[in-house]
Amino acid sequence: MRLKLEKRPEPSLLMLVAAPVASVLLTMIIGVVVFDLIGIKGAKAVMDIFLTPILSPVKWQDVAAKAAPLIIIALGLSVGNRAQVWNIGAEGQYVIGALAAAGVGIAAGASGGPDVLLLMIAAGMIGGAAWGGIPALLRTRFNVNEILSSLMLTYVALQVLGFMVGGPWKDPNGRNFPATAPLADNQTLPIIVPGTTIHLGVAVAVILPFVFWILMSRSVFGFQIRVVGSAPNAARHGGFDAGRTIWLAMLIGGGMAGLAGSLEFSGMLHKIDLGFPSGYGFTAIIVSFLGRLNPIGCLVAGIVMAVTYVGGQMAQTSVHIPNSTAGIFQAMMLFFILASDILVRYRVRLLPSAKTVGAGE
Amino acid sequence: MQPSQTPRLELIGITKRFPGVLANDQVTFSVLAGEIHALLGENGAGKSTLVKMIYGVMQPDAGEIRWDGKRVVVTNPKAARKMGVGMVFQHFSLFEAMTVLENIALGMDASIPARDLEAKIVAVMRQYGLKLEPHRIVSTLSVGERQRIEIVRALLLNPSLLIMDEPTSVLTPQEVDQLFIVLRQLAAEGCSILYISHKLHEIKALCDTATILRGGKLVDTCDPRVETSRSMAEKMIGGSLKDIQRGASKGFGADKLVVQNLSVAKDGHFGIPLRNISFRVRAGEIFGIAGVAGNGQNALLLAMSGEVPCDDASVTVDGVKVGRMTAKQRRLAGVASVPEERNGHAAVPEFSLSDNAILTARDRLGMVTGGMINKRASVTYAGEVITAFAVKSTGPAALADSLSGGNLQKFIMGREIMQKPAVLVVSQPTWGVDAGAAGAIRQSLVDLAATGSAIVVISQDLDELLSLCDTLAVINEGRLSKPMPVADAKIEEIGLLMGGVHGEGAIHAA
Amino acid sequence: MSPEYIIAAIVTIVGLTTPILLAGLGELVVEKSGVLNLGVEGMMLVGAISGFGVTVLTFSPWLGVLGAAAGGAVASMLFAVLVLQLNSNQVATGLALTIFGTGLSSLLGLSFTGRIIVPFLSVFPDALAKNPIGRLIFGYSPIVYFALIMVPAVYWFLKSTRAGLILRAVGENDHSAHSIGYSVVMVRYAAIAFGGAMAGIGGAYFSMVITPMWAEKMTAGRGWIALALVVFAGWRTGRLLAGAYFFGFLMWLELFAKANGFGTTLPFLQVIPSQFWAAMPYVMTIVALTIISARGTAGSNAPACLGRPFLPST
Repeated sequence: MRLKLEKRPEPSLLMLVAAPVASVLLTMIIGVVVFDLIGIKGAKAVMDIFLTPILSPVKWQDVAAKAAPLIIIALGLSVGNRAQVWNIGAEGQYVIGALAAAGVGIAAGASGGPDVLLLMIAAGMIGGAAWGGIPALLRTRFNVNEILSSLMLTYVALQVLGFMVGGPWKDPNGRNFPATAPLADNQTLPIIVPGTTIHLGVAVAVILPFVFWILMSRSVFGFQIRVVGSAPNAARHGGFDAGRTIWLAMLIGGGMAGLAGSLEFSGMLHKIDLGFPSGYGFTAIIVSFLGRLNPIGCLVAGIVMAVTYVGGQMAQTSVHIPNSTAGIFQAMMLFFILASDILVRYRVRLLPSAKTVGAGE
Repeated sequence: MQPSQTPRLELIGITKRFPGVLANDQVTFSVLAGEIHALLGENGAGKSTLVKMIYGVMQPDAGEIRWDGKRVVVTNPKAARKMGVGMVFQHFSLFEAMTVLENIALGMDASIPARDLEAKIVAVMRQYGLKLEPHRIVSTLSVGERQRIEIVRALLLNPSLLIMDEPTSVLTPQEVDQLFIVLRQLAAEGCSILYISHKLHEIKALCDTATILRGGKLVDTCDPRVETSRSMAEKMIGGSLKDIQRGASKGFGADKLVVQNLSVAKDGHFGIPLRNISFRVRAGEIFGIAGVAGNGQNALLLAMSGEVPCDDASVTVDGVKVGRMTAKQRRLAGVASVPEERNGHAAVPEFSLSDNAILTARDRLGMVTGGMINKRASVTYAGEVITAFAVKSTGPAALADSLSGGNLQKFIMGREIMQKPAVLVVSQPTWGVDAGAAGAIRQSLVDLAATGSAIVVISQDLDELLSLCDTLAVINEGRLSKPMPVADAKIEEIGLLMGGVHGEGAIHAA
Repeated sequence: MSPEYIIAAIVTIVGLTTPILLAGLGELVVEKSGVLNLGVEGMMLVGAISGFGVTVLTFSPWLGVLGAAAGGAVASMLFAVLVLQLNSNQVATGLALTIFGTGLSSLLGLSFTGRIIVPFLSVFPDALAKNPIGRLIFGYSPIVYFALIMVPAVYWFLKSTRAGLILRAVGENDHSAHSIGYSVVMVRYAAIAFGGAMAGIGGAYFSMVITPMWAEKMTAGRGWIALALVVFAGWRTGRLLAGAYFFGFLMWLELFAKANGFGTTLPFLQVIPSQFWAAMPYVMTIVALTIISARGTAGSNAPACLGRPFLPST
C-alpha cells in the first residue's frame, strides 16, 4: 500500500476551518493518553495547560502579556512566508529592536513621556528592520539563502545583547548583574487595564492583526506578496519585482519583530538582561503557521500559544512536570496543522502498491 | 542495403489517442540496420509521441512494433535499453554539481565499479572521437559537451538503434558537424539512427531516409538526398493551405510598434538568444510570427512585455522609446501582452478571476487609489470581461484553475483587449483551446485591430497565422526573417524559413 | 604557558568539538540528500536523555550510546514523515522538532533527575591515558574516536559508494533522480534517520561524558552551531572536520575569556570580550556562505534541492 495525494479542484473550506480546531483537540487527547501512560495525571495536565488559563481570569493578564509579542512577530513573519521568503531570524531582530529602544532610552537620559516612548519604539522597529535587512541584502546581492543567514544572525544578536548588557550598558547599581538599569517610569509604556500588567503593547497586538488583514487583502502590497508567493512568473508578468518583494518581506518581518522587542522592553520587562530573549521569535514562526499565515489566524494562534505557555507554568506546580513540556503540545499542534494542510488542498488516498505489469517481450 | 534485409525496427499501424487528439494515426514505417532515418514534422505532428512508444515511455493503443522481425511489447525504458534502443533527449537533465563520470554511472541500469566504468567511457570516446573529461563537473560544461554525456551514456549500452530527439537545436554549427561525424560512424558500424528534426538542410546532409509526419499521419517516406528542401517543406506543412485569401488592400495607419535591432542574451542553457530582430507594425495591422517552438518565441514575448529589459531604442511605441521600461511602465505606455503559458504566467491558478484582473489591469483601469485596491472595480471589470468574451465560469469569484483551458484563455485575452492597448503581443493565443473558443479569440483580435491597435501574434499554427495576419515573418534560432505580406506569401518559402533554410543562404550549412 | 596547560586546553577543545562534529556529520548527510532539518538541537536533547536513561537502566554506556542513536533517529522520523510524506514546510517542521525534543527530553528526564552515572571516559589502560602525553591520544571517551572515524567513513560513503552517489543525486536534482528511477523519499528517510542518530550520539556526549547527569536543555544551543558548521564547511566532509575544530577552538576562547576575565598574559585577549568569540562561528558562517553563494552554482557543493519539497509530477 502507498499513500497518494490527489489535488482537490478547490481547497476544502470545511477543512480550512476544521483543521486547526481538530489539531488542538487531537493534541489534547493524545496528551491525556501519553501522560497517563508515563504515569502522570494526563487529564489534569492537559486541563491545566489548555483550559485553566482561560477559565481563571487572574491568568488572563499573563496570557495577554505572552500573546502580544507572539502575535506581533507572527504578523510580520506571515508576510514573508506568504511570499516564500523564509525569515527565521525574528528572535535576533526582536533582540536588536529591544536594544535599539534601550539605546534611545539611555540617550534620552532623564527625559521621558510620549515623545521619547515613540522614539524608542520607532528605533526598535528600525533596529529590527535593519537586522532583517542584512539577509535581504545578502539574498538579493549574492543569492545567499535567507533561512541560513537570518538564523545565524540571531546568534550574533544574542551575543551583541550579552556584550551590551554586560559591558557598556550595565546597570552601575545592579550589583554587577549583566542587565540594563530599569527604565524610569516616564519611559515605560502606560498600563491600560489598571491593576494588571496589561500594557499599551497588548492593545497594539490586538489592533495590528486587523491592520495587516486589510493590508494583505486590500492593498497592492498585499496583492504583490500573494502573487510572488504563489506564481513568481505571473508576478513578473504583472510588473512586480522579485528583489523588491524580498526586501519588503524581510524589512516588515524585522520591523515587526523589532516592534515586539521594544514593546516588551518598555511595556513589560523594563530592563534587558540575559534572559530577555525567551524564544518568542522562534515560537512566532510556529504561531504564523498555526494561524495559516492569516493575520486574524495569527491573533487566535498567538493566544492559543500563550495559553499553553501560561498553562505549562501552572502544570509545573500542579502535576510537577517541567515547564518546557508545553513545547511538546505546541509542536504537536503544529505537526497536526502542517499535516492537515495537505488535507485542505489534497485528498489522501490509499493505493495498492504499484508494480510494473508484465515484463515481457 | 538490400531490400530483402529484415528491418531492425518496424512500426505497423501504430495509433495513439489522447483526450481530444489523435496523436498518431496508423503510422507504418521501418528502419534498417545501419540506416540514418529522419523523422520530420512540425510541432504537434506526433514525432515525440511515436518515439516515446518505441522507447517504452508510452504504449500504443493499436498497432505493433517489431524488432529484428519479432513482435515486441516495450513495457518501459529499461526494457527498451535491454533490447538495444538508446535515446538522447532534447532537454537532458543532468546533475549539475556532479562529474561526468558520476552522471553516467547514475544513468546506468547496473552498478559498475567506477574504475571499470571510466575505462569503458574512455574506450567509447576514443572509438568515436568524442572529447569529454570524465572528472569535469557538469556545471562547467557547454551544452554540446553535456549532450556528449548523454550520447556516451547511450553508446555504453551498445545500442543497435539510437534515437536522437532534435539533437542540434542547442548546438553551435561546429558542434553539429562533430555530431554528424559520430552519427555517420555509428551508422557505418551497423547502428540504426532515428533522427528527429525539422531542419531540412540537416536531414538532406545526414539522412538516408526521411519519414514525414503531419497531424499524426504519415505523409510520405522518401529519400531526402533526392528530394529538394522545397518539396519536403511542402510535405511537412501540407498543400491544403494554398487557397488563403486576405484583403490585401486594407489601409494601415502610421507605425505603432517599431522593433529595431533587438538582441537579448540567452537565458539558461536551453534558452535561445534573440539576434538583431527588426520589424514594424502599423496601426490596424496584425503581424504574425511563425516558427517551430523553441526558436526564441518566449524570449521575444518577454522582451516585448518588459519582463526582460532590452536596449532603450530597440523598442518604440508611437515613437516613444520603451525598451528600458518595466512591465508596469510598458503597460501604462499601451503595450499589453499574453504569454503562452496560461497557468502561472498569464494568470495565477489559485486566484479568483477578479484578482487575476488586478494582475495586469490595475494601473490602466484605475483600480488602485493610494495603494489600496478597489475590489469592486476589479469585480466589475472581471464581470465585463466574462460577459463580453462569453467566458464559462461561476463568475468573477471563480478560481482561475477551475476554468477550462479555452475559457481561461478567453478571459486572459479579454482582460488585455478590453484595456484597449495600443499594441498587443500574444503568444500561442489558441494553443490547446477548443475550436469555438479559438474562433472567438481570433475574431476579437481582428476587432481590436479594426480599432487601430497594432497586434503581434506569435504562433506555431500556420493556418491560424495565414488566416489572421496581414504580414508574416518567420523566427528561426532567434533570428527573424524579412516580413512579407501574407497575400504574397508562398507556403514553400515559409516552410523553408521554418526549417532554417534562408533564401540568401545566410545560415550555416545551407 | 605550561605544556600541561596546553594539553588541558587541547583536551577541552576536543570535548567541545565532538558533539558538534557528530551532529554536523549527520546533518551534512541529511542536507546532501536535499533536506534541511532545523531540529538538530531537539534531536540532540532526545539523544542526551535516551543515552543517559539507557545507561542508568542497563549500567552499560555502550548500550547507552546505542540508545542515544535510536532516540535521535526516532525523533527524526517524526520530522521525516511530515516532510516527506505530507510535504510540510521543512523550516517550520524542523523548528517544531526542536521545541518538541526540548519538551520531550525534559519530560523523560523527570525520573532521571538527580541520578548520576559513571562518565563514559577513556577505555584505554590508565598507564596510557593518564600520562600527560598519552592523554592527548588515549585520554578520550570512545565517542570521540567514533566521531573521528565517522569523518572518513562519511567521506568515503558520499564519494565512493553507489548509495552515496544516489544520495547526492537526490539532493542535487530530485526530479531527475526520480525519473531515472531512484526513490527520492526512501533515500531521504535513510538520510534523516542517520542524521537523527548522529545528533543523538552528539547529545549523549553531554549527558554521558561532559557532565554525567541529566539537566534540562543541557546541549545549550550546540545544535545550532552544528547547523552553522555544515554551512561553514561548504557541505564538504573534510572541511567539516577542520571547521568543527576551529569552532571548538573559538568556543574554548570564549570560555577562556569568561573564566579569566580579560586579565591574561595574552595581550590581544585582554581587549576582546567573550561574546566576540561566541559570535564568531556564526559570523564566519555568514561570510563563508556569502562567498559560496556569490560564486554561483559552479563549483559549489551546496545541494541544489536543499529545503525544497519534492512533489513528483506523476
